[in-house]
Amino acid sequence: MSLPADLHYTLEHEWLSDGSPATVGITAVAADALGDIVYLELPAVGDDVAAGSVIGEIESTKSVSELFSPVSGTVTEVNSAAVDDPSIVNSDPFGAGWLIKVDVTSTGPLLTAEEYEAHAAG
Amino acid sequence: MNESRHSPLHDEHVALGAVLTDFAGWQMPLRYGSDVAEHTAVRTAAGLFDLSHMGELEVSGPGAARGLDRALVGNLTALEPGRARYTMICAPDGGVLDDLVVYRLEPERFVVVANASNVEVVRAALTERLEPADGATLTDRSEQTALIAVQGPTAESILLGLVEPDRVEAVRALRYYAAVPAQVDGVEALVARTGYTGEDGFELFVDSAAAPGLWRTLLAAGAPHGLVPAGLSARDSLRLEAGMPLYGNELDRTTTPHDAGLGRVVRLDKVDDEGSPLPFVGRAPLEARAHAVPARTLVGLEGLSRRAARHGYDVVTPTGAVVGTVTSGAPSPTLGHPIAMAYVTPEVSAVGTDLAVDVRGRQEPVRVIALPFYRRTR
Repeated sequence: MSLPADLHYTLEHEWLSDGSPATVGITAVAADALGDIVYLELPAVGDDVAAGSVIGEIESTKSVSELFSPVSGTVTEVNSAAVDDPSIVNSDPFGAGWLIKVDVTSTGPLLTAEEYEAHAAG
Repeated sequence: MNESRHSPLHDEHVALGAVLTDFAGWQMPLRYGSDVAEHTAVRTAAGLFDLSHMGELEVSGPGAARGLDRALVGNLTALEPGRARYTMICAPDGGVLDDLVVYRLEPERFVVVANASNVEVVRAALTERLEPADGATLTDRSEQTALIAVQGPTAESILLGLVEPDRVEAVRALRYYAAVPAQVDGVEALVARTGYTGEDGFELFVDSAAAPGLWRTLLAAGAPHGLVPAGLSARDSLRLEAGMPLYGNELDRTTTPHDAGLGRVVRLDKVDDEGSPLPFVGRAPLEARAHAVPARTLVGLEGLSRRAARHGYDVVTPTGAVVGTVTSGAPSPTLGHPIAMAYVTPEVSAVGTDLAVDVRGRQEPVRVIALPFYRRTR
């Protein structure tokens, strides 16, 4: 597994970049577990999100999983390219397949890459 | 999990990098790469499936046909040698124990193909129901039998190139639900024109020891025809589009064949040698069910929004009254919108009825449509 070391991670398999607005996505582990993602439901720009709450859904042919916000704050941007073509979340989950950007007021519990790797392996 | 069984093709799946999943006690490939690409390959070219987890129970002897007539809901005496029949085995109360494909290989030799999850149940029921006086012997061939399916519009071209020359015409001429023995790449196989994808295709019953070599040959020979290995994820989305039931979803011990819209498999017209109605397990309750107003009926639902209904979700009316339960649902790769099958009350089962499904707390609009969702055009 090659996890970007400069990102933060959650137990629910999201990643978060440093700074504010921070970028949020799902990890390769989550994308691989779902299979081909065919539908993303994401919050809208301007929505307030709370750390730990469900803010969207990620659906594949086989299953569906909820997207949890790793932070509290206001959504400043949504990756419309990923909404239009969710396959980029599978092909580049840490890059072009990012999901939303959030103006962060506070963060929920976060893991380092090393901690997340241990969590995902367990 | 440690006790999961392995297919004779397990090493092939591992070598291909398959994502494995536990299925009815077996470690089977869920997908090799992209499940949607595998699905699409079967619709447009071909897919190669390992179905070795399924059970093969041979019933032979002078009383085999009559014994199966009593044990199953179908009319096996009427099945011609070389043909196959989709049928079911029911409990005494009419509930479905399993759905089956039965092949009549010779006048006195049948193979009953059971779902992996039900092999034990079917074997036990057949053992109990085939009386020694019938002159029928049950032999479980599951262990030494591998089952490989080649499905899709290019399946015939791929297979014919590997069939022994003097059997090519027999395989080419095979009708749907017919089977013929033939060597494929030098391997003795029962070649059946059957499948679970809604496409043309074949299922090959071969000895387990010969399966890995045949699998590799099929992959190599099929590649120029667009064939890819395909996993259980694609198999499930393909059969759902084709409107085919899955045991555990559309069928179980609480459903009758009639509930699932498959009352035609229950042959109440079966007669014994004297012309009297033939008793078979489940006959009386199924006869009553055939003439009763059903409490529920299986329908197809076309999703009118993006979020897919899934197994177990409530079907509701526009005012929120629960009128049914989803048995299978997914975003359809071929159609580009969600599809589902569901049991609903008869009042809301007419094609065109507007309903909704409670998808994790939000109602998503659906419309009853005729099954199957997908029908091949060629």
